[in-house]
Amino acid sequence: MTRIRHTLYEPRLLREATLAAVRKLTPRQQWRNPVMFTVWIGSLGTTVLWLTAVTGVADAPADFTLAVCLWLWFTVLFANFAEALAEGRGKAQADSLRRSRTQVQALRLQAPQREAGSERVASSALRAGDHVLVEAGELIPGDGEVVAGIASVNEAAITGESAPVIREAGGDRSAVTGGTTVLSDWLIVRITSNPGESFLDRMIALVEGAQRQRTPNEIALAILLAALTLVFLLVTATLLPFSQYAATASGGAAVSLTVLIALFVCLAPTTIGGLLSAIGIAGMDRMIQANVIATSGRAIEAAGDVDVLLLDKTGTITLGNRQATEFVPAPGVAVERLADAAQLASLADETPEGRSIVVLAKERHGLRGRALGALEAHFVPFSAQTRMSGVDLAQREIRKGAVEAIAAWLQQHGRELPAAVREAAETVARQGATPLIVAERPLPGGRAEVLGLVRLKDIVKGGIRERFAQLRAMGIGTVMITGDNALTAAAIAAEAGVDDFLAEARPEDKLALIRRLQGEGRLVAMTGDGTNDAPALAQADVAVAMNSGTQAAKEAGNMVDLDSNPTKLIEIVAIGKQLLMTRGALTTFSLANDIAKYFAIIPAAFAGTYPALGALNLMHLATPQSALLSAVIFNALVIVALIPLALRGVAWRPASASQLLRKHLLLYGLGGVLVPFVGIKLIDLLLVGLGVA
Amino acid sequence: MSINGFAQIALFFLILPLLAAPLAAWMQRLYAGDAGWLGWLLGPLERGIYHVLGPLADGEQDWRQYAVSVLAFSLFGVAAVFALQLMQAWLPLNPQGMSAVASDLALNTAVSFVTNTNWQNYAGESTLSPLVQMLGLGVQNFLSAATGLAVMLALIRGFSRERSTGLGNFWVDLTRSTLYLLLPLALLLALLLVAQGVVQTFAAYPTTSDGQSIALGPVASQLAIKHLGTNGGGFFNANAAHPFENPTPLTDFLLVLAQTLIPAAAALLFGRLVGDRRQGRMLLAAMLLVLAAAAVATYCAEAAGNPRITTLAGVDSQPREAMPGGNLEGKELRFGIARSALFATATTATSTGAVDSQHDAYTPLGGLVPMVLMQFSETILGGVGSGLYGMLVFVVLAVFVAGLMVGRTPEYLGKKIEPFEMKMTAIVVLLMPALVLLPTALAAVLPTALTALGNPAAHGFSELLYAFTSMANNNGSAFGGLSGNTPFYNLLGAAVMLLGRFGTLLPVLALAGHLAAKPRLALGAGTLPTHTPLFAGFLIGVVIVVGALTFFPALALGPLVEQLQLWQATP
Repeated sequence: MTRIRHTLYEPRLLREATLAAVRKLTPRQQWRNPVMFTVWIGSLGTTVLWLTAVTGVADAPADFTLAVCLWLWFTVLFANFAEALAEGRGKAQADSLRRSRTQVQALRLQAPQREAGSERVASSALRAGDHVLVEAGELIPGDGEVVAGIASVNEAAITGESAPVIREAGGDRSAVTGGTTVLSDWLIVRITSNPGESFLDRMIALVEGAQRQRTPNEIALAILLAALTLVFLLVTATLLPFSQYAATASGGAAVSLTVLIALFVCLAPTTIGGLLSAIGIAGMDRMIQANVIATSGRAIEAAGDVDVLLLDKTGTITLGNRQATEFVPAPGVAVERLADAAQLASLADETPEGRSIVVLAKERHGLRGRALGALEAHFVPFSAQTRMSGVDLAQREIRKGAVEAIAAWLQQHGRELPAAVREAAETVARQGATPLIVAERPLPGGRAEVLGLVRLKDIVKGGIRERFAQLRAMGIGTVMITGDNALTAAAIAAEAGVDDFLAEARPEDKLALIRRLQGEGRLVAMTGDGTNDAPALAQADVAVAMNSGTQAAKEAGNMVDLDSNPTKLIEIVAIGKQLLMTRGALTTFSLANDIAKYFAIIPAAFAGTYPALGALNLMHLATPQSALLSAVIFNALVIVALIPLALRGVAWRPASASQLLRKHLLLYGLGGVLVPFVGIKLIDLLLVGLGVA
Repeated sequence: MSINGFAQIALFFLILPLLAAPLAAWMQRLYAGDAGWLGWLLGPLERGIYHVLGPLADGEQDWRQYAVSVLAFSLFGVAAVFALQLMQAWLPLNPQGMSAVASDLALNTAVSFVTNTNWQNYAGESTLSPLVQMLGLGVQNFLSAATGLAVMLALIRGFSRERSTGLGNFWVDLTRSTLYLLLPLALLLALLLVAQGVVQTFAAYPTTSDGQSIALGPVASQLAIKHLGTNGGGFFNANAAHPFENPTPLTDFLLVLAQTLIPAAAALLFGRLVGDRRQGRMLLAAMLLVLAAAAVATYCAEAAGNPRITTLAGVDSQPREAMPGGNLEGKELRFGIARSALFATATTATSTGAVDSQHDAYTPLGGLVPMVLMQFSETILGGVGSGLYGMLVFVVLAVFVAGLMVGRTPEYLGKKIEPFEMKMTAIVVLLMPALVLLPTALAAVLPTALTALGNPAAHGFSELLYAFTSMANNNGSAFGGLSGNTPFYNLLGAAVMLLGRFGTLLPVLALAGHLAAKPRLALGAGTLPTHTPLFAGFLIGVVIVVGALTFFPALALGPLVEQLQLWQATP
């Protein structure tokens, strides 16, 4: 998927949203939003009142009723427009996704072997469990797991990232996505999804909002808004008998139905009611803009609630590779000898660490890289069993590895690790670096000797400390997960400024940590990519799977990061919080608006019965009719004015809950009380100026 | 307005927290099952009660069982009080030979006392015998308050427990509240009142030499629990304005203190039981702040007097050494304006509803304040037990909106506020306006209902609005002026009082049940702090805005317009 960034008011989207706003006027569409449904009924009611007024039975002056009626219809349309605009932005993204979901021919194999019998079928005919062969240049016909072969794959259709990735059988790089292209070699893929259930299909459905179910918090807010709407319905409905009593007792006419309907619509929480679904859709949209696919809106809300982030050290807190920064020789060994041996052992080592050793030896000691072939050297790669790498030369063998691995190797050859080296290694570890011990043994059968150690340092990402400080201010703790030993982990944790760390972490430790934190009443977020992360991902409250990860990890998580960037977790939390804040801010604003509306409408509505109430006309609105109309117009226009806020989300900076509450109360609470006083007055002045009032 | 007046009001606000704090500690202790030497004294009685109740008093109840117990017990109470009134003529301890009470009035009275409303469409001294007053009304004064406390405890347990279905045992909570809290306090207060001259006798009414019959009765014992239990049903028709029911400024002060004491302690108890005392202090501070503002507002409105009188030539309405000035109409001279204003606001802020002055005769603004205090859903201290659970519903509402604004799905004390909690909150928030506005609307257009009004136009409307506000919120204070003893008001009133009490109490118990089942999430810098002055201010804002938005139009057509007319027409 190519990233689409829309300006808020792209003309084409605006046009489509306008049409959709009119289409959404059917009662079936309106019924889903109880607040706006009551406004819709009110609009219908005033239309009937206007028609009867024209035909002679006037409840209020026909022109006035018509004006109120039109602005009530506008109120409904504006709310429809907000929703349609939010949906339209999602639809545009879905369309671009759909283009990559073209029908392709697939080569279905009878058995998962390259030589097995095969047949050409349409990709839509593939079922979960089928095996297909995909050759270079072909599109992968569906989501699946590589069972044989290795190939480079272009996943730009999903991630927007054009650099190819390697996909191979087994391990954590075995998942492939339908719609991506094999660039070289071939793959045999076991299809894991049935037609219509693929990752792409789910993405399209989510983006389009077809599967958008209201989240628990949205439902809770809708219940509150419906209750408030009912309260205001009661308030305005009982005002009719109250005013009849007043009119009987004090003269004047009872309040008209038109005025009551106008009062009701002004009081009902139409601002938040009209924008509620747009806020939710826009939140999902912002997540997609960040290249994160959430499997549900609920997951986005949960992201706002998270109080602990589990962050993998490598790639998130530190740069992916460690760098050699110092050679520390054993007692009695010249540093040049250590550097030379270390460089020799690393010449064929293509890991970033290995390369950095070669570079350090060159820079510090002027040792140039040599061609291994010329030395008749044989490279010994790192293996999980020995946990060492090294090189075998004609006269000697050199080994480098972690402290315990080299100690074991020495023991094999009847030697102990010198205490001085062990101490030096601990010092290095305490400083957050990793000690890599270098030892050699003359061949054949010489005494093994420890030369010293290379200090490998983790490079903490720039700016990460500040981000953690911000998170802490928001009440979010960070836990660094690392396979390093406790000493190293503690030092890096201190340097990066995380709150806690889990050292020598195995997948089951991660799961146990999440369970423990949840037991303490915390909500935990994590990222993961490997199959062995799946249990922890399933347990975490917010689990972001890397798109580069395995199918199992993606299934276990509730979000997928298409960029496979573990730092994204922080951004995801921010988007979740922003969604909830926007809801809260607009609810507060909407309710606070009612105060000014009362001062506009109550004196106007009872001007005939109780002229004394004119003292409540604080805004000095020109006439009762202009006052009522101004309130109704303000009520409709404020929805339009707040659409950008609803779609973009409220602006905020990380701060503690108390600071955020104070700021938002001031802005949306106090602002919500004051803005309509100004707005209604201005509209009234305009109406007077235009000679309408 | 005078320094003396403000000082009298201030004194109350200084003393109340000092008494509420140790009482909260005592309540925490007794609900934990340790009633100290009182337990030693009354323990056999408590165990005897449990023995009679049998399996009912054993073990924990879930919210449905708890609710069924509350309903069954209350229904039995209504039946008992109703029957007592109908059989009054044949029962002993009836020195004046009172006859049976009419069934519609008896029903209204029975419901009124069981729901802790104590709305009175009868005059005590000329309708009920001491036996019915004591065995019917007096007993319900204790039990309705204890029921409120029980439901409150269930809700607090909803917050303090986690992953639990049990909310405690209604019968145990009821028994402990009655034996170890209400009885001892009532006994103590009754003795103090008797010492100040409140009557306490079973004798027949004596007659003076010129033939006037002087009503007497077991007043002090009834009076103490009437205030401690925020009941408010007076022994005499004149309620606490009667010299035998409230003889001195000191008894007046004690009565105000008594009716606010347990609700104030309950707020602090809440903090103690949920393990964060700051939460309770915040609630109490918010409540007292509103009450103080209301008391001062009423005092100022009354001290300013009626402009049509104070501006007359030759009228001096300024406070002087020998006179308090201002609007003294409907007030007892032994209490004056400041004490009356404090009593009027405290009795409506709590759901007591006793009166030591006639609210009907206040200036429109002075009368508006007590009405508004009730329209805050009796959350400002409120009734015994019911005030706190009502306030907690508003806290849930405030937390929901404020919690969103800090970027989290809302939670209170670690409990997530989700659709079910919101549904129960919505029922409570919606019910009260419906119970006030719909009957008022009906009465406003029904000629038979309107004949009961004592005044025309806006003031008459205030009388109606006040009456249904009082009944729906289970307050029971009367504005005065409305002659309520007609089948229309008796039956409609009974329905409103029942719905007001149980329509709130049942959603609260359901809320408690669902909260108890939830885990308690950890609190941190990212969670909305609910013990701060900022949140207290926001909570007050929510209570006021919800109340004001709901009742502003109705108030505009009653006291507001009356006040404006009063001052605008004055030259």
